[in-house]
Amino acid sequence: MAVKIYSTPTCPYCKMVQEYLKEKDVEFEYIDVAADKKAANEMIEKSGQMGVPVIEIDGKVIVGFNKEEIEKALSQQGNV
Amino acid sequence: MYDLIIIGAGPAGLTAAIYAARKKLNTLVLAKDVGGQAALSWEVENYLGYNLISGAELVMKFREHVEKFGVDFKEGTEATSLKPVDSPAKTDYSFEVSAGDEMFQAKTVIVASGKTPRRLNVPGEKEFAGKGIAYCATCDAPLFQGKDVAVVGGGNAALDAAFQLTKIANKIYLVNVNKGLDGDEVTREKVKKSDKVEILNNTETVEIKGEKFVSAIVVKGKEEREIPVQGIFVEIGSVPAVEFLRGLVELNESNEIKVSNRNETSVPGIFAAGDCTNVLEKQIIIAAGEGAKAALSAYSYLVRRK
Repeated sequence: MAVKIYSTPTCPYCKMVQEYLKEKDVEFEYIDVAADKKAANEMIEKSGQMGVPVIEIDGKVIVGFNKEEIEKALSQQGNV
Repeated sequence: MYDLIIIGAGPAGLTAAIYAARKKLNTLVLAKDVGGQAALSWEVENYLGYNLISGAELVMKFREHVEKFGVDFKEGTEATSLKPVDSPAKTDYSFEVSAGDEMFQAKTVIVASGKTPRRLNVPGEKEFAGKGIAYCATCDAPLFQGKDVAVVGGGNAALDAAFQLTKIANKIYLVNVNKGLDGDEVTREKVKKSDKVEILNNTETVEIKGEKFVSAIVVKGKEEREIPVQGIFVEIGSVPAVEFLRGLVELNESNEIKVSNRNETSVPGIFAAGDCTNVLEKQIIIAAGEGAKAALSAYSYLVRRK
């Protein structure tokens, strides 16, 4: 399973998503879109919007720290 | 049917949840997000027990605490309506809370829905929210590297956003409806000093244009003018999130829910706490205390009703 978090260093909800995934022992790739312009464009293209965090779980794109959606996506992968 | 539904999971709602759980009330918390405005506070230095903690961390701790009590939690769910269920006696209410296509019932409700960013209410705003229009400069400013942006507002939040953006964006138009900037002297000076910032006083926002994403803001000062921008930060304060119960409970002239010192609203069985109410100050620790009071009042109400 591949989990990515598109984030900015100053975004509180991004921090919460990270804490949450750590708690669940889910490994993820942290992408700082403030530093990586290419990744920022990738995020905008995938999510169709310009807000962080964006979480990608095996191709499923979730905008914002939506715990229910994240849980659903994780459990569909049989990881929780 | 639940004993209690708590709408909102900021400091008020979460504290209410703990008090309700300890009174063994069958409780559901319905929340759009956990933490509310507190989650967006960069640094909190006035919550007892913490010298300095970020809003996000404080909220994580609140959440862990509530989760220990086994309260039903529905997140990502925004209450869309609240109404009393008809009872023949008219003295013995229960309530129906809708959230999208889901519906929940409870004997009592605590409204702790807090505040939401004030909207511009201009054409294009709904369409381009998140597509260039941002309401959290702290979160989303870094995405506008090298771009031309507008900040709408003239208070501290707007000035802060504009100042943050001077380090990121190419050009910043500060669109202020009043004749001069408000906010702290220090921030005002910093913003005025930057040659990236163009301050447009006495200027209204008329429309936001774009295709897939924002491409321009139309403003009106002496005359109407279309300014090409890729980002618009709306920082014009916040309003109580009470749309879903408008017409049901009494509000004051600022649209805050009127509560008694027991956190009762004008409708028996509906209580309210925190920033959505007319409580004197809007602070994390005050909202938490109000949440506790509201839960205890709901409990007494339920005991009396039995």
